[in-house]
Amino acid sequence: MAVAERYQSIEEQRRWEGSFDQLRGLVSERAITGETMLLNMGPHHPSTHGVLRLLLELDGEQIITCLPDIGFLHTGIEKSIEDKSYEKALPLTDRMDYLSPMSNNMVYASAVEKLLALDVPERAQIIRVICLELARCASHLVWLGTHAIDMGAMSVLLYAFRERERILGMFEMLSGQRMMSSYIRPGGVWRDVPADFLPTIKQFLADFPAKVDDYEALLTRNPIWKDRAQGVGVIEPDIALAHGMTGPALRGSGVNWDLRKAQPYSGYETYEFNVPLGEHGDVYDRYLIRIQEFRESMKILNQAVARLERVQGPYRSENRKYCPPLRSELGQSMEAVIHHFKLWTYGYDAPDDEIYCAIESPRGEIGCYIHGTGANKPRRVHFKTPSFMHISALPVVSKGYLLADMVAIIGSVDIVLGDCDR
Amino acid sequence: MGVSEKLGNLGVVTTTVEQAVNWARTGAMWPLLFGLACCAIEYMSSQASSYDLSRFGMELNRATPRQADLLIVSGRLTRKMAPVVRQLYDQMAEPKWVISMGDCASCGGVYNNYAIVQGVDEIIPVDVYIAGCPPRPEQLLHGILTLHEKVKGERIADWA
Ligand code: SF4
Repeated sequence: MAVAERYQSIEEQRRWEGSFDQLRGLVSERAITGETMLLNMGPHHPSTHGVLRLLLELDGEQIITCLPDIGFLHTGIEKSIEDKSYEKALPLTDRMDYLSPMSNNMVYASAVEKLLALDVPERAQIIRVICLELARCASHLVWLGTHAIDMGAMSVLLYAFRERERILGMFEMLSGQRMMSSYIRPGGVWRDVPADFLPTIKQFLADFPAKVDDYEALLTRNPIWKDRAQGVGVIEPDIALAHGMTGPALRGSGVNWDLRKAQPYSGYETYEFNVPLGEHGDVYDRYLIRIQEFRESMKILNQAVARLERVQGPYRSENRKYCPPLRSELGQSMEAVIHHFKLWTYGYDAPDDEIYCAIESPRGEIGCYIHGTGANKPRRVHFKTPSFMHISALPVVSKGYLLADMVAIIGSVDIVLGDCDR
Repeated sequence: MGVSEKLGNLGVVTTTVEQAVNWARTGAMWPLLFGLACCAIEYMSSQASSYDLSRFGMELNRATPRQADLLIVSGRLTRKMAPVVRQLYDQMAEPKWVISMGDCASCGGVYNNYAIVQGVDEIIPVDVYIAGCPPRPEQLLHGILTLHEKVKGERIADWA
């Protein structure tokens, strides 16, 4: 493009035809008279963890008002699912909360199972627990690295991603894909774990606790880290509850609510683990909780791996009306061919009913609402996602803190914009 | 280049301006610190320990478009985000290149719906497309090396 033309296009975008009147009621009167400053943060900003835009009203360095503007990643996933059969909609759910696709698969699969009253074999449940806890570790590792970078500790990211690569390698072993695995499916999982999976995960479980100690050695007692995190972004328990916050952000405020304990699914009630709780509800407590969750996840994984070796059996429901037959059966059984053809062309009918199902994702409660039609496509699918709730609480949480603390607060409630906007 | 081996350690390298400039450009191409969606996480992986983009002189991500040479559009581009990306591109100084990372950025991917721009090339010119959902870090590296090949072939006559 010619230079002159390009400058013209910039000028066109600069022209703002709005007026401050549009902001009346949203920001304080002092902003309109120019006494305080309005600052636009995002949607292209390294520390907003994606394409979040915040309009901040600042008095000096202090935040008076914070107005989040979401929707920069609105992908229309819920609407797209309405046009797909139940099984074929699954890959879309991967791409909502892209830091832990397994949790999205799980919540969608559980919702469909609830709608169909479909059974899940025990082995599948154990594999699911392994996947979910690995996903929790992988997601917390990204959180740890990016949160530390936001606060100025550059090296943590490199360590965190080193371990994350190993988890992604295991996901690839299971599903053939590093991130968007679509592995957990209605009725069970896509396929059984490959032979070399167990030795790999055992090696990982042996190595990982020492790595978590390393992260702690870098941060937990680091005076700079403490200065930036302690007493910052305090969320009172009642505020957290009023805004529907869940997950580590809620538990940081000392509220004991973890769906794995409160409404167990996939056999979580049979595992032994603790739910770490915070006291002060500040950025530092939320950090400590996630670090402890690494260790709790290790506990669950150790138990699950031991169980997986013991429990044999199908990895997917044998109900052929809903779950496709094994490939090996296709050459021998006419019935298997018919089921296969039906399932991969038409799918299956689900009752005209509505259900809601929720699980604990690394970020908090992720829920799936499905309204069936009696045919092979849903009337409406809706996801209740933790990031959306957490962003809604940002204006309350950030009030009165400094601009530099905003970055710490955003990082500590751990939002993913794909999860919020979907 | 590669002349230095032939000349020994005389301390002299002969080359053309074209080649020298293109070599410099490929050796320190600073990407814009910019991510849109899932693909940005794989982009982060390629920056981190195992894949280490700094081997190609790209460890320095600039958060401001004024200092960046390369825009890696990593992820799905929504209609709401499109003007922002266009503005970022406009603000980058010449010479500048664009890599479209992932199916969504290249062609809309699985989302053929009301919300997603069907490929970033609808709003900005793209040099290299990378397929995959998300592309593996190796694929991104391959895309970047492909771009380097392209840059090495650029001619002074075309710069103006
Ligand atoms: S190509 Fe796939 S991984 Fe990349 S942004 Fe699109 S949906 Fe996400």
